[in-house]
Order: sequence, then C-alpha cells, then structure tokens
Amino acid sequence: MSLIRWIDERLPIFTFFNKELKEYPTPKNLNYLWNFGSLAGIILVIMILSGIFLAMHYVPHVSMAFDSVERIMRDVNGGWLIRYIHMNGASMFFIVVYIHIFRGLFYGSYKSPRELLWILGVVILLLMMATAFMGYVLPWGQMSFWGATVITNLFSAFPFGESIVHWLWGGFSVDNPTLNRFFVLHYLFPFLIVAVSGLHLVALHQFGSNNPLGIDRTKPTDSIPFHPYYTIKDLFGLGVFLLIYCGFIFFAPNFFGEPDNYIPANPLVTPAHIVPEWYFLPFYAILRSIPDKLGGVLTMFGAVFVLAVVPWLDRNPIRSSRFRPIYKHLFWVLVLNCFVLGWIGAKPPEGMYLIIGRLATAYYFFHFLILLPLLGKYEPRPKLPLSFDDKAVKSL
Amino acid sequence: MKKMTLVLFLVMIIPCHADNAVPHLPKQNWSFNSAFGTFKRNELQRGFQVYKEVCSACHSLKRIRFRDLKSLGFKESEIKTIAAGYEVKDGPNAEGEMFQRKALPSDAIPSPYPNDNAARATNNGALPPDLSLIVKAREGGADYVHALMNGYIDPPAGIVIEGGRHYNQYFPGGQISMAKPLTDGQVTYADGTSATVEQMSRDVSTFLAWAAEPETEQRKQMGVKVMAYLLFMTVIFYFAMRRIWRDVKK
Amino acid sequence: MSESDKPSPSQEPTDPTRRDFLTLTACALGAVGVGAAAMPFINSMNPAADVLALASVDIETKDIPVGTGKTVLWRGKPVFVRHRSDEEIKAANETSIKSLPDQQTDQERFSKDPKWLVVVGVCTHLGCVPNEKKNPDKGNEADGWLCPCHGSVYDLSGRVISGPAPKNLEIPPYQFVNNGSVIRIG
Repeated sequence: MSLIRWIDERLPIFTFFNKELKEYPTPKNLNYLWNFGSLAGIILVIMILSGIFLAMHYVPHVSMAFDSVERIMRDVNGGWLIRYIHMNGASMFFIVVYIHIFRGLFYGSYKSPRELLWILGVVILLLMMATAFMGYVLPWGQMSFWGATVITNLFSAFPFGESIVHWLWGGFSVDNPTLNRFFVLHYLFPFLIVAVSGLHLVALHQFGSNNPLGIDRTKPTDSIPFHPYYTIKDLFGLGVFLLIYCGFIFFAPNFFGEPDNYIPANPLVTPAHIVPEWYFLPFYAILRSIPDKLGGVLTMFGAVFVLAVVPWLDRNPIRSSRFRPIYKHLFWVLVLNCFVLGWIGAKPPEGMYLIIGRLATAYYFFHFLILLPLLGKYEPRPKLPLSFDDKAVKSL
Repeated sequence: MKKMTLVLFLVMIIPCHADNAVPHLPKQNWSFNSAFGTFKRNELQRGFQVYKEVCSACHSLKRIRFRDLKSLGFKESEIKTIAAGYEVKDGPNAEGEMFQRKALPSDAIPSPYPNDNAARATNNGALPPDLSLIVKAREGGADYVHALMNGYIDPPAGIVIEGGRHYNQYFPGGQISMAKPLTDGQVTYADGTSATVEQMSRDVSTFLAWAAEPETEQRKQMGVKVMAYLLFMTVIFYFAMRRIWRDVKK
Repeated sequence: MSESDKPSPSQEPTDPTRRDFLTLTACALGAVGVGAAAMPFINSMNPAADVLALASVDIETKDIPVGTGKTVLWRGKPVFVRHRSDEEIKAANETSIKSLPDQQTDQERFSKDPKWLVVVGVCTHLGCVPNEKKNPDKGNEADGWLCPCHGSVYDLSGRVISGPAPKNLEIPPYQFVNNGSVIRIG
C-alpha cells in the first residue's frame, strides 16, 4: 500500500488513526457505560447530516417556516424520515449525554488529571442546550414561539435587560429577525460542538479513559488495544441504540413532542401550558422554583455551572463510587432528584408542585455544594484494590 | 435505591402532559394504530365524504392537495373530476384581474372562507381550525376527534353556558363554539354503509388521521424492515464481540 | 479452555490477515445498511411531489393571431408558442433536411397541427433563451430565432440551421383540448 505510505509521509493521518484509534491502549475492564461517549459522537454526525438535508428545504421566514416543514413531511422524498430522524435524534442525544455525564459523576471521571476533559464536556452540554433551544423554535409552532418568548424574556432580568432582549430579538418581540438569526446560529453551533468535542478527545487521550475501578493502570496487561475490542463493543452498543432510536422514529415519532407544536405560531394566543422539551424540564423546574426573576435565571445557569466545578468540590482521592460506601447511595438520590425535577418541570408551578420543586432544587445544590465537599473530607476510605487483577475485585 | 430510580424513570416516561380538566379519553381500536397498522381504503373514502359534505362548510383542509387523494384509492380520472367540482382563485390575468377557475389535481382543497377574519365573522368570533394536522395537534389524536364528535351532552348542574356555545365533555374547558356537527343519516354513504354518528365519527377520524400523517403506512412498513435488519446486525455484532473478547481475562 | 496457552490479548491474538466469515458478513451487511440509509437522504434532493405534480399551462388559441407568437413559462422554462401562417408552414416544409445538423421534417415535429409551433425556448447548445429573429429582406417578418450567446440560428420549425447547437429545439408534451381552442402544455 505505497499510496497510503506516500500520503502518510506527507500528512500522517494513517499513523495518527493507527495510534489513536487502533492501537490506543484502553483499560480492559470498561463496562457498557463507557459506550456512551462514542455514541454521542455518532449521534452528532447523524444530527448534522439530517440537519443539512432538512436545511435544503426549510425556509426561515415566519410566513413560510411552518409550511416548509409540512412540505418536507408531505412532498419532499423521504422528507418525513429525515425530519423524524432529526427530531428524535435531539432527544436521543440528550438521553445519551445525560447518561454519559452521570457515568462521569459516579466513577469520578472528572477528578485529577481529567478536570479539563470534564469542563470541556460541560461546555459541550451548554452548546447542545443552546443548539436545541434554537432548533425547537424553527418549525414555528405554538410551543416554538412561546417557548422562545418565555426564555428570551428571562434575559430582561439582567441589568440593561430590556436592551439585551431587544438585541436578542432584533425587534420588540420574537418575530422574523429572531427566527432568521436562530436558524443561522442553529446551523453554526453544531460545528462548534464538533470542535469542542475534538478538544474533548484530545484531553481524553492525554491520560486515557478512566475505568470502573477508578484506579490507574499500572501494567501493560491492564490495557487492550482499542481495535478490535472496543470497536466491536461500540458497534454492538450502536446496534442496541439504533434499535431504540428507530423504534421511536418509525413507530412513535411524536412521543417526545408536544401536540401544540403542530399548531402554527399565534402571537395573540398563549397555549394553556407552556412546556419546554423534556430534556430542559429539570432546568425549567429550577428556574421556576425561585420567586425572583433574576434569581431564577442565575440559579438555572448555576445548575450547569456547578457541574463545571465538581472537580474542586469533590476532593475525595477515591475516584470510583464503587469504593465510596456513602456516596454510592447519595449518587442515586441525586439521580432520583433529577427525575423529580424533570417531573415538576412539566407541572404548573403552584401548590404541592411548587413546594416539591423548591425542595428538589435545594437538594440539587445541597448535593454539589455541601455533600460533595463534606464527603471529600469525612467519608470513610476503604482499601482500594491494588491492581486490575486484584482478587478482591468484583465485576460490576 | 437503584431499583426505585428505575421504577420512577419508567413511570415518568409515560407521557404525563400538563393537566387537562377532561375525563379520561375512551380508547378506540384503529386499523392504523398498531406497528403493522394500515388505513382501510373504504374508511378513508367514507371519511373524506363526511369531511366534504359536513365539515368543509366551516373547516379548511388546506394541506391536502387533490392529488394526495390517490392514497384513498381514487384513480387519476376520478381525482380530476373531484377537483373540477371546486373553483379556485387564480390570476392576475392579462387585464390585471383575479379570476375563478376549476381546480386541478395539483391545487389544495379550497378553504370555505377567504381568510381567518371572514371565518370568525361567520362563526361568532370563533375560528374553525384547519383540520389537516388536527390529529397530531391534539392530545389523544384520533381518539380525541372521535370522542369530541360523540361528546356532546347536557351541561352538568351549575355550569353556565356562555355566548351561544355548547357543552362537550371532552373539550378542554367544556364549552365549545361548534354545535354538534353530526346527526344520524346526515350523509348517504356511496358504499351503502349506514351513516350513524358513531360510523361517521369513526370514518372522519380515520380520514383526518391520514390527512395529518399520510406517510403512516410507508413509515411503519419501512420500520418493520429496519428493525429486523438492526436486530439481525446487533445479534451478529454481539457474537462477534463475544468471540473477540473471549481471551481477555477481566 | 484449550486457549489458555494463547498469547496475552495485548498482542494480536489472531492472524490479522485471516478474515473470517462472521466478520466479513458483518462488514458487508453493515455497508449495505449504510448505503440503504444514505438513499433517502440522496433521494430527498430529487424533485419533490409538489414540483413533480406540475400544473399544465393552458393557452387560449384565440389569444394568438396568425403570424404571431407568445412565450409562456412551463416548468420554469420558456416555451415558444407560434401561430404559423401558411407561408411559414410552406417554407418550413420546403427546407431540405439534408442541410440540417439535426434532420427532422416539419411534419414529424408538428404532426398534430402544423399551424401551431410549440417548442421549449432553450438553446440546445448551453441553455440560453434564443431571441426572435426578423428578416429585413422580408419586411422585418419573424423568420426564426437567434441565440445571443453563441449564435445558433433556428428556423420557423425550431430546427437548428447553423451555430454550435447540436439539436433542434425540444418539443414539450402538448395537446389540444376543448375542441382545439386550448393548447395544454405538460
């Protein structure tokens, strides 16, 4: 294969891929929770491809947006398929990324020396949230319009708020200038996500993957080459994922959606219940649990930013929760708490729902700001296994 | 703790959309609902007849073009004839005037009103919604449309009906501007089926389900093939994975 | 297990050049799957249903007097419709087809009704729209078309006489309806 060698001598892509994707030493004990990173990367590619083909037919003007989406559904060859791939892909992307994040929290993947890897991940999450928010506005349904109105209005809480909001809108309400710029930015941001994901992978390859034991590898036999072991495992995981994904696309394509968004946007009629897409519900609950507007906004963003500083909130030298007798249970309490927040986010913010929402919000920050530092200092520290082959190691 | 979380997760993914004050929607059996569901052509044609003869007086169906009716089993010549029974506005002509002409298969089904304001003016300020997407735009879909057609009852004690509205137990808020649209025998079905309210509401709901999602049959058929392929591939990958990992000692 | 004396997995456990049936099948089927998945995306760029379901263009014959023509838009392209006079038809018939780059008789082209010329007004060379050509020797009467881009000349049957165009002007599908009072293109 001298052509390959000719290219490689001038631009070492083959050497690069051989080192970073084929031979790359990976811990031999990774479980299926380690599939979700590559899965997220594949979904990103699917979203970009389906998005590009949708953009060939979509019109980002208030008088044509909704109709252009219906044209895609009814007239464009395979348009309904591409649209449903994109629509359900967004939900899949967040499911996969949330599991990926919780894996990191459980196994201490954010701890030294992987702090920057983790922070880059938080940046990707923020970019995803912005992208998804703007993308949802594009079909210009009732929820698109009113969700955009409610969330952009939040920025009025900041000093000079009204000017900021008019600047965001390009006018005095969510209207055509808003839609147009959201389309452009929605097209742009995924490529920023690609770039940051690239950095995320570079940071990962500095020290390699964490593993379920949370201890560093010491011997060559602790590792196996990424190919073929993890390529085939990722392929299998991809198969399982695609089965679930296609189940939704072909048999329940509107499961994650809101019927109200099949009503064209009407600035004169507000839907009875404005709900964001499910993946924003926990943040929506946090936002609405604070009675003050600015307080709510800051708390909501704070919920994401607090993630970024977790490496410094949790200084326990033990990485994996498998060996953290108290934290391993509190982790699941956090997971439960996030589900509660999500459930509350869909409910009207009154009565019992408001109380529960406030408690759940308080607990969320309590977990990160109080529990983590305390456990870091006072949690009992059992003996860690000495090595990967330590007889004391039980498989998860 | 893990089990509780899992149970809660499973409970929560059951759609719990924001509260409605409506009674539980009776679930119907639709031919198109299952994973292998299809539309029955005769149901669609009867439903179209109900739309044409009853609903189209007030409700537009502007996203359906006459050529789309091919899916209902009509031949091209029949579609041309159906279309020619309608008039659409076209122009301007060489004199600069708009004019009426017979509809073509490529035209959309014309609306009963020229614009929303005209629709409101004739309907006490209420706007009869376009029905092209109604099945996807309402919680409960075809079940809701069917229930609504059959849901007109006397208002419960203590409820005051405002401004010429009517009471329907499945309409959010209970007070709907539309009077009961269907009565027995209102339509004479071309295929001779007895046109009871139940039959008409079933047929028109089926028709509207098609109108909202004309790709349903193709989508489900493709889905079955895709799932079969993916299942097969996943199983192959599983065995390949097991084989490759056989010699790795954990 | 008989494989207990195999080399440790961090070295290649199997001969990398030996592809076994399972791997090959998986790869082949996977490639088929990816190809099949790409199809709807590529196909989505083909003309959509609303573009395909074109309305025909109807032209009232009474709007075009003898010896004059009209240009209408059909499928995004101009179509020249000309109500030819008897002299024009005679001249078209008398042209020797052997001198033409694309040999077609006028009768072949307009067998339905030679009084009506219906051609797509797009030069068969590189797609410009030809202009009507007038003959100063015949009182400035129209006698064909001249393409401004590279000089192809077409006669009153829409046949290329000179210039780089390889083919005669295309004839779109058309028919006479309403007892011949309307020409329907497409």
